Amino acid sequence: MREIPAELVATEVARLCQEANYTLGAEMLSALQAAKQQEQSPLGQEILGLLLENAQVAADRRLPLCQDTGLAVVFVEIGQEVQIIGGGLTEAINRGVRQGYREGYLRCSVVSPLEPRVNTGDNTPAVIWYDLVPGSRLRIVVMPKGGGSENMGAAVMLEPSAGQAGVCRFVLETVDRAGANPCPPLVVGVGIGGNLEKAAYLAKHALLRPLGNAHPDPAIARLERELLTEINCLGIGPQGLGGRVTALAVHIETVPTHIASLPVAVNLSCHCFRHREVEL
Amino acid sequence: MNSLRLSTPLTDEEVSRLRAGDRILLSGIVYTARDAAHQRLAAALAEGTELPFELQGAVIYYVGPCPAPPGAIIGSAGPTTSKRMDPFTPLLLARGLKGMIGKGPRSPEVVAAIQRHRAVYLAAVGGVGALISSYIRSQEIIAYPELGPEAVRRLEIADFPVIVAIDSQGRDLYQTGRLAYRCQSGERGGTYESK
Repeated sequence: MREIPAELVATEVARLCQEANYTLGAEMLSALQAAKQQEQSPLGQEILGLLLENAQVAADRRLPLCQDTGLAVVFVEIGQEVQIIGGGLTEAINRGVRQGYREGYLRCSVVSPLEPRVNTGDNTPAVIWYDLVPGSRLRIVVMPKGGGSENMGAAVMLEPSAGQAGVCRFVLETVDRAGANPCPPLVVGVGIGGNLEKAAYLAKHALLRPLGNAHPDPAIARLERELLTEINCLGIGPQGLGGRVTALAVHIETVPTHIASLPVAVNLSCHCFRHREVEL
Repeated sequence: MNSLRLSTPLTDEEVSRLRAGDRILLSGIVYTARDAAHQRLAAALAEGTELPFELQGAVIYYVGPCPAPPGAIIGSAGPTTSKRMDPFTPLLLARGLKGMIGKGPRSPEVVAAIQRHRAVYLAAVGGVGALISSYIRSQEIIAYPELGPEAVRRLEIADFPVIVAIDSQGRDLYQTGRLAYRCQSGERGGTYESK
C-alpha cells in the first residue's frame, strides 16, 4: 500500500480552491479570444473583452474571478493501493475547503436548504465524488461551481422512442430557457444514459474534459458539433444580451441504460470555467 | 460606443432619457441586497417599520461580495441573477426605488412595474467581479450583518460600467438582443424550433 497523509490532501485541496477561483485555464483564455473574433454583436465583443480583462485583473491581484466562488465540487480518483493515513479522506477534503476559502478570502455560499437557511460559515460540506481505480495514485479535481449556472441545469427521463432527436431537443430547450442566467458563453455538459442520478453525474463530469477536445467516438463528436452549432443559433450571446457566441463547447458523456429508459441531463458551466487538479 | 455619465440618486428626468442598449458609467451611492435581504426589506415594508436606507431615487445592486483581502476595499463584487428578486421588486419600485443593477432578464410583472414607476434596470457583466471591485470606493454594512455576504451594504461607486437592459418605456434588451441574433430557419440545421 502507498500511504498518503490526510494533511497533504487538505493542503492541496485548499490550494486548488484558490487557484481555480483566481485563474482561468489557458485553453479557456484562448477560447474567449477566439470567441471575441467570431462574435458578430458589438456589445457581445465588448463583453468578451471585459471577461478577458477580468481574468487578467483576477490573476494579477489574486482576486476571485467571480464573487460567486461556488459550491466546492470535488472529484477524487483513488487508486486501490492507496491508504490515507492520519485521518479520514472526506474529512481532509472538507478541511481543505474550509482552509482554502477562509485564507483565500473566498465567499462562503453554503446554507442549510430550508428556512432559515443558515450559512455553514466555511463553505463546507463539499460535494465529493469518489471513483476507485487501479493503481497507487490519488487524483483530485476541485471545481468551484457557481449557483447561477448550476440553477439552470436540468434532467429528464425520456422514452427511448424520443431517440437522438429528443436528446438534442432537450439540450437546446434547456440552454434556450436558461438564456442569460447561467452567464454565457457557456460550456455545456451533457450526460446520456445510466439512470437519473448517473446521467446528472455524467453531465457534470463531462465539464472536466479539456476544453476543445472532442469525444473519442466520432458519432458522439459529431453530435457535439451539431449541438454547438444549434446552440449558437439561439441568439442568446455573451451575457444573454444577443449574439452568436452562446456556448464555447458541448461535452457529452454516455453510458448504457435500461431498455425502458433514455435519461438525459444537462449541466451548464458559466464562462468562469474553472477547475484545478492535482495528482498525488 | 460612448458611455453616458450618471450619478445616484436618480431622478425621473434622468431615467426617462435612458434607452435600452445605452452604456452608462454610474457613480455615487448604491445599496446591496440579494435574496435574503429582499425578504427582510419586504417584511419591513409589510410591518411598516423603517427601511435601512431611503428608497426614493435609490439604486439597489444585486450582489453578495467576497470578503476584502488585506489592503483592499472589497473582494470580488459582480452581479447575481436578478430574477430571484422579481417577487419583491414591484413593491420596492412602488415605494420609490429608481434603479436596479443585476444580470439576466426580469419577469413581465417587473418590466411593467419599471415602466409604470419610470425606473431603469441596469445590467452589469456577470462573472467579472474582480474587475468590478476596482470601481468600488467604499463599503459599509448598514443592515442585517448576520446575513454575511447577503447583508445590506452601502457602496460608493465611481464610473461603474453598466448597460441599460430595461428602460422606462419597457424596452427589453434581453428580448431584442436575442431576436436580433437568432438564426433564421434556413441558416441552421433545423432540428430545433424554439417557441
